[in-house]
Amino acid sequence: MTSESTERINAENITEDEFFFGHKACAGCGGSLAVRIALKVLGERTLLVEPAGCMSAVSFNYPQMSFSNNAIISAFAGTGAVLSGLKAGAEVMGWKDYHVLGIAGDGGTADIGLQALSGLIDRNDDVIYLCYDNEAYMNTGIQKSGLTPFGTSTTTTPAGKKGKGNLKHKKNLFEIVAAHDIPYAATASIGYIEDFANKIKRASEVRGTSFIHVLAPCPTGWGIDTSETVEVAREVVDNGLWYLAEYYDGEYHINRKPKEFKDIHSYIKRQGRFKHLDEEDIKEIIAQRDKTWKRLQQYSVGQ
Amino acid sequence: MSGKKFISGDEAFAQGVRLAKAQVISAYPITPQTIVVERLSEMVEEGELDSKFLHVESEHSALMAAMGAAATGARTFTATSSQGLLYMAECLTYVAGGRFPIVMMNANRATALPWSIYGDHRDSLSLLDHGWIQIYTENAQESLDMAIQAYAIAEQEEIRLPVMVNLDGFVLTHTYEAVDIPTQEQADAFLKPRETWDKLDFDKPVSMAYTVGPDLNEEYNLLHHKALLNVAKHIENIDVSFEKIFGRKYGGLINGYRTEDADLILITLGSISGLVRDVVDELREEGVKAGMIRIRFMRPFPAEELIRETAHASAVGVLEKDISFGFEGTVYSNVNSALSKSAHKISTYDFIGGIGGKNISKEDVRSCFAAMQKKESEEVRFIGLEVEDDI
Repeated sequence: MTSESTERINAENITEDEFFFGHKACAGCGGSLAVRIALKVLGERTLLVEPAGCMSAVSFNYPQMSFSNNAIISAFAGTGAVLSGLKAGAEVMGWKDYHVLGIAGDGGTADIGLQALSGLIDRNDDVIYLCYDNEAYMNTGIQKSGLTPFGTSTTTTPAGKKGKGNLKHKKNLFEIVAAHDIPYAATASIGYIEDFANKIKRASEVRGTSFIHVLAPCPTGWGIDTSETVEVAREVVDNGLWYLAEYYDGEYHINRKPKEFKDIHSYIKRQGRFKHLDEEDIKEIIAQRDKTWKRLQQYSVGQ
Repeated sequence: MSGKKFISGDEAFAQGVRLAKAQVISAYPITPQTIVVERLSEMVEEGELDSKFLHVESEHSALMAAMGAAATGARTFTATSSQGLLYMAECLTYVAGGRFPIVMMNANRATALPWSIYGDHRDSLSLLDHGWIQIYTENAQESLDMAIQAYAIAEQEEIRLPVMVNLDGFVLTHTYEAVDIPTQEQADAFLKPRETWDKLDFDKPVSMAYTVGPDLNEEYNLLHHKALLNVAKHIENIDVSFEKIFGRKYGGLINGYRTEDADLILITLGSISGLVRDVVDELREEGVKAGMIRIRFMRPFPAEELIRETAHASAVGVLEKDISFGFEGTVYSNVNSALSKSAHKISTYDFIGGIGGKNISKEDVRSCFAAMQKKESEEVRFIGLEVEDDI
C-alpha cells in the first residue's frame, strides 16, 4: 500500500455538509459521532448498511429517516453479506464513484456478525466495514458483548457480592480481522477524531475490504457525564487500554505509542460501570494491557 | 444451449435462471440443491451468463447478500434446502417485508432430527407464514419454466415479493428428463430486464428496510398481504403470455385432473402428482369417480379455486409430505379451512406420507381413495408405515 494520496483531513478542511441528523441518539453518544464523521469523509454517494443496533434504532424510524445518503438495514448477523450484495449490485448496475460502508456495533461485529464479516473479508469485496465499539449491547440495555472489557458491570454481568462484573477480557477483534490478511484494518478512537477521519479516508482509497474498529464511549452504559465522551475516549488511548494501530501490506503499525502510559485509576474511577473495582482488579487490568502492548510491539514494524 | 436436452431438475432450474439473466447470484451448498449452484457457477465462468457469483459462508449470508443486491435494482437468485432454508429463516421475513423480488429455489428435504438428506415438504411448509410466494413444481420442465415465470411474478409492480420455487429433493432435483430448453430470444421476449423505482438511488437517496412503529406497522402488513393476494390476479395473464411464447401453459394456482364430475378428490403437491394421476385413471376405469388437484401455489393459497374444483365432491383427501406435530398436516389445515367455506359439506381426510424420503407406492395412493370411498374415520393417518401404528 502506498502512502496517502491526498491531503490529510482536519478540522479546517472537513466538509460542512451533514449526512446524519435528526436522529434519536442519546446526548453525548460516541457512536453517532463516529457515524457522522465517517459520512462526512465519504460523502453523499455512500451506500450504507447498518444491522440492528443503536445506530439503526435511532435513525430509521419511519417516516423520520436520518441519513441523507442511501441507507439500508440488515438482519443483525448480516452486515458483511449485505455489503457484498450492495457492492455486487452496484457493479452490475454500472454505478461509478461511490463508497459502500457498513456500520455495526461491537456485538453486531465481534459476536453475531463475526461469521459474515469473515466471509466478507474472505471475498475481499471493495467495501468499508466500520465497527463502533461502545463495549456492550447498549441498544437493548447494556448487556455484555464479546468486546466488553474485564471488570465491567453490565446488566448481564452485574457486579454484586460475588462477582466483579465481566470476567472475560475484550475479544481481540483487530487481530482476528488482520489474521484474514485483510488489505487494510485500523483501530481508532473518537477521542482522536482526526486520526479516525483519516483512517476512514485511507480505507476508502484501499482496493478490497477494509475494516476500522473505533472505540466510541456511551455515557448511558459507561456511567459518565454526557460531556465526558470525547475526553474519556482520549484517556483510554493515553493510558494504553486502547491503542491506535493499522494493519496493511501484511504488517502491523502502531500509530501512537505513549512514552509513558497515563495512570489508569482516573479512567476507572470516573466510570459507573467500573466503580466496584478494587486495587487487585486494577492490577489485573494493567497486566492485561501490558500483555497486549508487548504482543503488539513484537508484531509491529518500526518499533 | 436450447432444444431438447436430457437433464435433471436442478440443471433445468439453473437453465431457467440463466435464461432469466439473474445478475447477482449468492449461494451456499447443501444437498440436494448443490447442482443448481454448480451449474450456475460454470455458466458464469464460461461466459454463458453475465452475472456476479458471490461465494458466501452461510445461507443466512446468501439471502442477506441477495437482499443487498436487490436493493440496487439488480435481479438476484439464491438456492437452498432444508436446514439451510431454516438457517436463513429470519432473512426470509426481511426480504418479504422489504418487498425485495428475489427468486429462490428450494430443494425440498426433510428437517433434522432424525437427520435425513431425502425429500419431504416440512422445510418450506414450516415457513409458509414468512411472507413469500411459494410454488411447488411437478417435473423438470415446469421447474425450468417456473424459474423464468417466477421473476415475472416477483417483479410485477402490484406484487413486488420474493418467490420460493420448491422442487422435491432427489425425486425432482436429481432425476433426468427430456427438457425443452427455450432460446434466449424467447426468454427475452417474455421477461424484460428488471425496472423498479423501489431501490437505492444516488439522485434520490432513500432509506430502505426501516422501522415502523405500532401506529402503521399493521398497515404495512396489510399491504404485504394484499400484494401476495395480487398474485392470483396476475398469474393467469403471466401464464397466457408465457404460453404464447413458449407453447406451454400451467394454469393458475392449482392444476385439476378429471375433477369436473369427481366424487373423490385427492390433493397433492409436487412430484407425486404423476403417480396420483395414474391411480385416478385406473379408478375411473373401475367406475370410481376419482379426481386429483395439484396445488401449485401454497401462497397465495388457492381457496376459491379449491372450492370451485371440488363442487361435486363428497370427499376430499390431502396426501402430503408434512406433519405439524401435535395437530395435522399443514396442507390439510389450509385445505380444510378453505373448504369450510364451501356451499356443500365435504368429508376431508389427511394422509401423511413420503416423510424423510419414504416411497409412496401406487398401493398407498389407492389406499387413500379407498379410505375416502369407505367413509372411514377422518382422523389423520400416516400411510406406508413399516411398523404397526399401535403405540
